[in-house]
Amino acid sequence: MTYSPHTEADRAHMLEAVGVASVDDLFADIPPAVRAGAWSVPPPLVEQEVRAELARLAGRNRIPEVSFLGAGVYRHLIPSVVGEVIGRPEFATSYTPYQPEVSQGTLQSIYEFQSLICELTGMEVATASHYDGATATAEAALMACRLTRRSRVAVSAGVNPDHRRVLETYCSGPGIEVVTVSIDLAEGGDGTTDPAAVEALGEIACLIAAQPNFYGQLEPMRELADAAHASGAHFVAAVEPTSLAVLEAPGAYGADIVAAEGQPLGIPVSFGGPYVGLMAARMASVRQMPGRLVGATRDVHGRKGYVLTLQAREQHIRREKAASNICTNQALMALAATAYLTAVGPIGLREVAELSAAQARHLAGALESVGLAERRFGGSYLNEVTLRLPDAARRHAALAERGIVAGHVLERGEPELRDTLLLAATELTTDTDIARLVVALEETA
Amino acid sequence: MSVAEAPSSDASGRGAAFSGAAGGDELTVVEPLIFDRSRAERRAVRFPSVSAAARQAGAGQPELPASVLRAHAPRLPEVSELDVLRHFNRLAHLNMAIDLNFYPLGSCTMKYNPKVNEWAARLPGLAESHPLDPEALSQGSLELMWLLAELLKEISGFAAISLQPAAGAHGELTGMLMTRAFHRAHGEGEQRTKVLVPDSAHGTNPATATMAGYQTVTIRSNERGGIDLEALRAALGPDVAALMITNPSTLGIFEDQIGEVLGAVKEAGAIAYMDGANLNAILGRFRPGEAGFDAMHFNLHKTFSTPHGGGGPGAGPVGVSERLEPFLPRPMPVLVEGDPDEVRANAWAGYSTPGVRFALDDDRPQSIGKVRSLYGNFGMFVRAYTYIRSNGDAGLRTISEDAVLAANYLRVRLHDVFDLPYDRLSKHEVVFSGRRQKREHGVTTLDIAKAILDHGIHPPTIYFPLIVEEALMVEPTETESLETLDHFVGVMREIAELAASDPDAIKRAPTTTPVGRLDEAAAARRPDLRYRFPDETDAPDAPPAGPTSEAPTV
Repeated sequence: MTYSPHTEADRAHMLEAVGVASVDDLFADIPPAVRAGAWSVPPPLVEQEVRAELARLAGRNRIPEVSFLGAGVYRHLIPSVVGEVIGRPEFATSYTPYQPEVSQGTLQSIYEFQSLICELTGMEVATASHYDGATATAEAALMACRLTRRSRVAVSAGVNPDHRRVLETYCSGPGIEVVTVSIDLAEGGDGTTDPAAVEALGEIACLIAAQPNFYGQLEPMRELADAAHASGAHFVAAVEPTSLAVLEAPGAYGADIVAAEGQPLGIPVSFGGPYVGLMAARMASVRQMPGRLVGATRDVHGRKGYVLTLQAREQHIRREKAASNICTNQALMALAATAYLTAVGPIGLREVAELSAAQARHLAGALESVGLAERRFGGSYLNEVTLRLPDAARRHAALAERGIVAGHVLERGEPELRDTLLLAATELTTDTDIARLVVALEETA
Repeated sequence: MSVAEAPSSDASGRGAAFSGAAGGDELTVVEPLIFDRSRAERRAVRFPSVSAAARQAGAGQPELPASVLRAHAPRLPEVSELDVLRHFNRLAHLNMAIDLNFYPLGSCTMKYNPKVNEWAARLPGLAESHPLDPEALSQGSLELMWLLAELLKEISGFAAISLQPAAGAHGELTGMLMTRAFHRAHGEGEQRTKVLVPDSAHGTNPATATMAGYQTVTIRSNERGGIDLEALRAALGPDVAALMITNPSTLGIFEDQIGEVLGAVKEAGAIAYMDGANLNAILGRFRPGEAGFDAMHFNLHKTFSTPHGGGGPGAGPVGVSERLEPFLPRPMPVLVEGDPDEVRANAWAGYSTPGVRFALDDDRPQSIGKVRSLYGNFGMFVRAYTYIRSNGDAGLRTISEDAVLAANYLRVRLHDVFDLPYDRLSKHEVVFSGRRQKREHGVTTLDIAKAILDHGIHPPTIYFPLIVEEALMVEPTETESLETLDHFVGVMREIAELAASDPDAIKRAPTTTPVGRLDEAAAARRPDLRYRFPDETDAPDAPPAGPTSEAPTV
């Protein structure tokens, strides 16, 4: 089926007005030598047929009954009101708010998003969004290079490995060197980054560290920030947004730039996207920030209104001198995060963070108490924990067959992490889920 | 609380976009900030409390040290669920959108976004699929990605596709990083430092070249609006890495010297990159990969109708020729067990193939790496796949035929009242100039755009491409009816007449929108980028001095 409204009479009328005999004449400017040959695209489907096809594909996935999988992407409750808001066609089917008089809904909601992210992170300015947490982190590193005029960045091995790979790719273009600061993987170590290791890195534009880190461990962020500053570098904090209800705001421990994956804020896991990248910084750095910003102003009648602002950083004005090439971002997902934070409020977000943490402790405690697993690291964790258990990969696969995903298998990365699993809990994790995991692991021992 | 109501129009289809909005000097209170609706301890969503069992089991676990705990709770709004809904619904009423208004925004392909695509993206089997679930549990997601890539290959004539880039500009970056990797693999990485970009290009092209570590060289257009072949040949050499070209161009013109352009680029050993933003004009008529391009990004949010969402999410898959295929981002969804012809044929007939298995191939040693976390904007893949399957071969051809017909129709209906610097056959869009109105009546293209708003129509893209003075870039798309197109023609003719008879009336526009023209210069001079709580007495944070020049609203 097509969505064209034209009848044959409409087309004939338009062709006549244009002064051509057939629609083929409208493509006469394509030289014969480069015209398309035959293609093999299947025939059209009507709605009931296309629904059946999509239901077929959805049915080929198996959504686990019980899952402790996180590793950067978390299943949280998405309040019904969030879906209602982002489903509004005035938000979903509008364009980038280049005409502010007819885009105040989008613009004000982005201003609110920026305000919420500033409040959550303790920073002074937040952008209108990025593609995801990985590209926000990579753009933060490039921003630090512009601010310091240095071309070397340091990243903790505790930062999400997937995000570090994106960082490497982004740095490869302009020839920026990426050095990795190891974390303490020794037996009995606490799995965190050593602030004393920063000085030896020499001249760096920034140090990037994650809180909690990829392995769930809590990093000494204040000490890492101080160490970065002592090297004349910026400190980039990669954070998990729901944790900020209980963990210190990056602005309070000296972060210069904050980058985060915003998916936990009301966005479905949806096999990897669309998500939303968050970025916040100090006002002194605003002119080197990448991406769109919305600001408040007045109209000709003195009424308050909102516009895209400080556009002299952006590609459509500055072209090759722009701070970034980013144009389309993730506006509707930023709206989801705005609606989510508004709906849960400060008490709700705290409940989410505390319940996730309590269930992670429940999970680790339950497995340890029956001798099925032990914590791989010392130190403390929040909502995700790295556990060692014998024959982890095989048992993980065996549980998956039964619809239980026992977290993320870590041994594909560091050899020191053989036979370890990274398990996450959220407020959706129930006591029954944990009991089922314990029983299933016992049966595969 | 008075808020603007939904756009409406009178019986003639004309009239104010926002009937509840104030005109003239009347003050309209629009929706306050959500922070101003906050009341301590008001709640919308509640969560369970921690169970006794959980507390007991976790009792032996390490406590959080005080040093990591937050000193002050974030001051998020405290509102009821109805407050949340009313707030955002009222904000929604302040927007124009495709579901309400004609949106002939050139270069953006604001076509109708079919609702079955939304239904598909929300299917729990897809929306609740975790990207790191074992592959055995994610066969449906992987098959969908593989099938979409197969369809995009057919449509574009390229040898391989990466779905990973999140937007058009992100696809461009992927293309330029692959260009670097290609030249490096051929021992020419150091020597090739320049990327050629025509002067009619989107701003993302030169910005992308910079991000990939290249210098941009601008190539001028000729008097027909095409690329100047002599200038191109003069610029090509052993130091050129790539040409980035938009085809059809941002003037809405098909580059009819494309064979010569591709020949010259190939001969110079450079990569030919096509900005696929305007693919909506050429489905079934021109396949860039088949014609000899090395790479192109698709904008799924343009050609394949995933909703723009007020500025994203989009998706910017990249198609490449065989010689660039080894450098594609990893991982790639691949078919590891099963015959591809059989799997495709079955899927087109609506069947799953028994024994088939898909996987993510991360073992690609020459890959540029990852450009995004995980695999891309999957929800957009679902919508685009649904859209392509709905349209099918015949529908895709109809899309381009009707889009091009509509643009040409507007060209001939309006070229007597607005100048047409390049009066040629149009593809998906037509670029007029408001220079006559500016010269004769002092009415700028910005004024014309604002006057269009009062008719409940979103204005065309303005002041772009940069090579057209007072540009008005009109892209009607294939989903607007003849009545809508004729209505737009009437509005534009009326505005042209008003520009002559009462230019001041146009300069006062818009008068029917929730707010009037906004002071963008003041916004940039004194940035107010976040809410200030009542106890914050400081003025908006002042940034350090720097360029504040704001371009005209695009």
